[in-house]
Amino acid sequence: MASRPQPRSPVIRFIDVHKSYRVDGRDIPALQSFSLDIADGEVFGIIGHSGAGKSTLLRLVNLLERPSGGRVLVGDTDLTALDDAALRAQRQRIGMIFQHFNLLGSQTVAENVAFPLRLAGERDAAKIRTRVDELLARVGLQAHAGKYPSQLSGGQKQRVGIARALANRPSILLCDEATSALDPQTTGDVLELLAEINRELKLTIVLITHEMDVVRRVCDRVAVLDAGRIVELGTVADVFLHPRHPTTRRFVEEALPEEAAAEQAPYAHVPGRILRLSFRGAATWTPTLSRVMRETGVDFNILAGRIDRIKQLPYGQLTLALDGANVDAALHALRAAGIEIEEVAR
Amino acid sequence: MSDAPLLHTLFPNIDDWGELGRACVDTLLMLGGSLLLTVAIGLPLGVLLYLTARGQLRAMPKLYGLTALVVNVLRSVPFIILMIVLMPVTYVLVGTKLGIRGAIPPLVIGAAPFFARLVETALREVQPGVIEAAQAMGASTWQIVRRVLLPEARAGIASGITVTAIALVGYTAMGGAIGSGGLGDLAYRYGYLSYKSDYMVVTVVLLIVLVQALQAIGDRVVARLSRH
Ligand SMILES: Nc1ncnc2c1ncn2[C@@H]1O[C@H](COP(=O)(O)OP(=O)(O)OP(=O)(O)O)[C@@H](O)[C@H]1O
Ligand SMILES: [Mg+2]
Repeated sequence: MASRPQPRSPVIRFIDVHKSYRVDGRDIPALQSFSLDIADGEVFGIIGHSGAGKSTLLRLVNLLERPSGGRVLVGDTDLTALDDAALRAQRQRIGMIFQHFNLLGSQTVAENVAFPLRLAGERDAAKIRTRVDELLARVGLQAHAGKYPSQLSGGQKQRVGIARALANRPSILLCDEATSALDPQTTGDVLELLAEINRELKLTIVLITHEMDVVRRVCDRVAVLDAGRIVELGTVADVFLHPRHPTTRRFVEEALPEEAAAEQAPYAHVPGRILRLSFRGAATWTPTLSRVMRETGVDFNILAGRIDRIKQLPYGQLTLALDGANVDAALHALRAAGIEIEEVAR
Repeated sequence: MSDAPLLHTLFPNIDDWGELGRACVDTLLMLGGSLLLTVAIGLPLGVLLYLTARGQLRAMPKLYGLTALVVNVLRSVPFIILMIVLMPVTYVLVGTKLGIRGAIPPLVIGAAPFFARLVETALREVQPGVIEAAQAMGASTWQIVRRVLLPEARAGIASGITVTAIALVGYTAMGGAIGSGGLGDLAYRYGYLSYKSDYMVVTVVLLIVLVQALQAIGDRVVARLSRH
């Protein structure tokens, strides 16, 4: 099995939280009661379809939405118990970036990044300049300090958003569909930047998305949200390799269209048992399969397969047809070597 | 003046060009003074309307309703009537009902509600997402007003000031009829009451030039502010 990070102390705790919106005098539930801990330093993904309640959940963290019931703790602080001034001070320690960037169009890049510093009461122009330079260097935009947002590309705008979110050295970064307005190349760059920030600044990141690929590339754990309910929660490797809930399966299939197509392929005429093998981490690089097949004399036929990464973790997934007298012994030996095996229904 | 004979031929009835010049200055003073006060009162009033409206940052439906009512009432009274009705108030405020000073209170009371609505409209154009981002960063309502709403809406507010200034030119001219002086006064007394139509022509031309100039300046400022 892959080495899993030790469970760390939670920085964000949702305790029996639920949320309804009042619409035309009626309470419409957006999030069913749930409890969830997000650990210090992890990248936590929340995936769900439109209207599932992702933004609502994220906005509970900085209390842009107030829970209808339950408590939200950030560190040891119950945000719902704070007065206005204390809540504003807490919010300065929680960065947030948005799908549509939400930059001040009337201000330059440098002014946008300086904005949270000024909000926090910084008056010293030299200090502000130094910090802004530092932040723009981190996101690779030193050359654009004097430009206005309308003069930037989407990816550059999101980098300004990230620099702005980091200005007050937050311990948490909330990302609301931060890459949904970007092309695949730029999405990759922005995700890489987020991963780097997470590593280097030890920042906890909560990101919401409707793309499994975003989760696969940067998240440690993921919660799948379906109609206001968390229907699946676990490490990305577990959820990605062994999705249980139909909604999760659909997200994984969207991320792996070829595999999904292969699953649909008519295996009826294929002799033997059809199995899906998942390798994680080191197991991906050892010739376990060929050794076991040789030793047990089982014949195998590869029907589909891929080797890729989940964040840093290499993984492989093969769909095989196994034929021969010793199939059970072979499966036993493969399992003993740490390979996960599922039977594929035909 | 070397061109006096020509002017005299063109406008035989105008024998005191100095008076016309003073009237111009009076109109500009009334306009400048009332515009300044209109902005000083209308801008906060517009912000109040914006903030207290339903679903906004400081939603207070009752306060909003009351403010909106006062604004609407003041806006629906024709200026000339407002000026007459306000005469006692004007007297209390500035100690006279006449002249430039007497004209300024009704001008401001007439124009500030109008300008406040323009400010409210301009503020509503500000992207909600930007306000939300500021909230997420821990901005107070006052910080949002000062650092987000006003800067983001500045082009819209500048265009509101232009429209209001031009409306005020019209008001000052009307005010002339009841003794506030300026170009309107000349046009009314000489041009209308004394049938000296050349006075009418000259004052109308001057007012047109003034309005054109205000519009041109306003357009340039708006273009500058909205370039980004
Ligand atoms: N301010 C609001 N008032 C009323 N209902 C709301 C409000 N905000 C969200 N909702 C409702 O709550 C539910 C969850 O909305 P939410 O914005 O959290 O979804 P989401 O998962 O972020 O969707 P998307 O991917 O489209 O952004 C939806 O049914 C939505 O209509
Ligand atoms: Mg959303």
